[in-house]
Amino acid sequence: MTVTQQIITIAAVVCGTMVTRFLPFLVFPEGKTPPKFITYLGTVLPYAVIGLLVIYCLKDAVFSSLHCLPELIAIAFIVVLHKWKKNTLLSIAGGTILYMFLVQVVFV
Amino acid sequence: MKIKAFKAALPHTIPIAIGFLFLGMSYGFYMRSNGFSFVYPMLMSMFIFAGSMEFVTVNLLMSAFNPVAAFLLTLMVNARHLFYGISMLDKYKNVGWKKPYLIFGLCDESFTINCSVTPPSDVDKGWFMFFVTLLNQSYWVIGATLGALLGYIIHFNTKGIEFVMTALFVVMFINQWEETKEHKSALIGLGASVFCLLLFGSSNFIIPAMALIIVMFTLIRDRKEAK
Repeated sequence: MTVTQQIITIAAVVCGTMVTRFLPFLVFPEGKTPPKFITYLGTVLPYAVIGLLVIYCLKDAVFSSLHCLPELIAIAFIVVLHKWKKNTLLSIAGGTILYMFLVQVVFV
Repeated sequence: MKIKAFKAALPHTIPIAIGFLFLGMSYGFYMRSNGFSFVYPMLMSMFIFAGSMEFVTVNLLMSAFNPVAAFLLTLMVNARHLFYGISMLDKYKNVGWKKPYLIFGLCDESFTINCSVTPPSDVDKGWFMFFVTLLNQSYWVIGATLGALLGYIIHFNTKGIEFVMTALFVVMFINQWEETKEHKSALIGLGASVFCLLLFGSSNFIIPAMALIIVMFTLIRDRKEAK
């Protein structure tokens, strides 16, 4: 990607984010209530999107020679660690370190 | 008035500071380890200011140029902000020129504080929410920039560091899972994405997956209403 293309991509992301933040205030100025379908999507989408993002992160690993094995080990570790300690930052750090160890030392 | 509001806002943002500095630094460091100058995470954390999407944008910048897909993906990933905005319609009334900034900076954490904390009666509500938002954004931008700068100094084998993004989303997934008894939404997200990934392949699955998720939600809702 050229620098111009990078700037356009970042600008697209900025615009997308701004649309999601400003839209309610533009569409529903004082007093107007939003349609039920929109509020409904607002309540259910967050849960679905995180699932989509997890799969997005794994998209290339799925088709690699190891078929996600190191990723699945690290994810299982995160689930156990997170259920046990319930500490978000610790789980992220622990999972990442284990994954780095796996791809650098175990599955070379 | 300003100092009073600042003093009232600061303690509420301390837990956020710890989280944002850590995650922001991982984000900056991750970008630097992919060869980006520190200017990228600095400006992206300032202007995008939506953590998950900034991580995803790093991947977008390293794949084929497709701004439309980037825009649509952002809409989906950040759709929850619509909900935040709808909840804050009332609270952000009558705050004058600060309103556009409050809306711009409406991230998950600022939303959580501004919607749940009522400042003491002698503190100006507008300035209080302004400082909550500004402090949170500062932590994030400082973290991202520091992380990238550290990337110039510290050198180690960073192979696999990109997993920090996966780890972040997995933890968010678990947190959300435990927050509610209704797991249908989470399962739809996961299932539709896996299905479309296997069907369309890794470079083309995002948009069909987003469409499928919305279609499925529409169907469930219609069925609920029909009952």
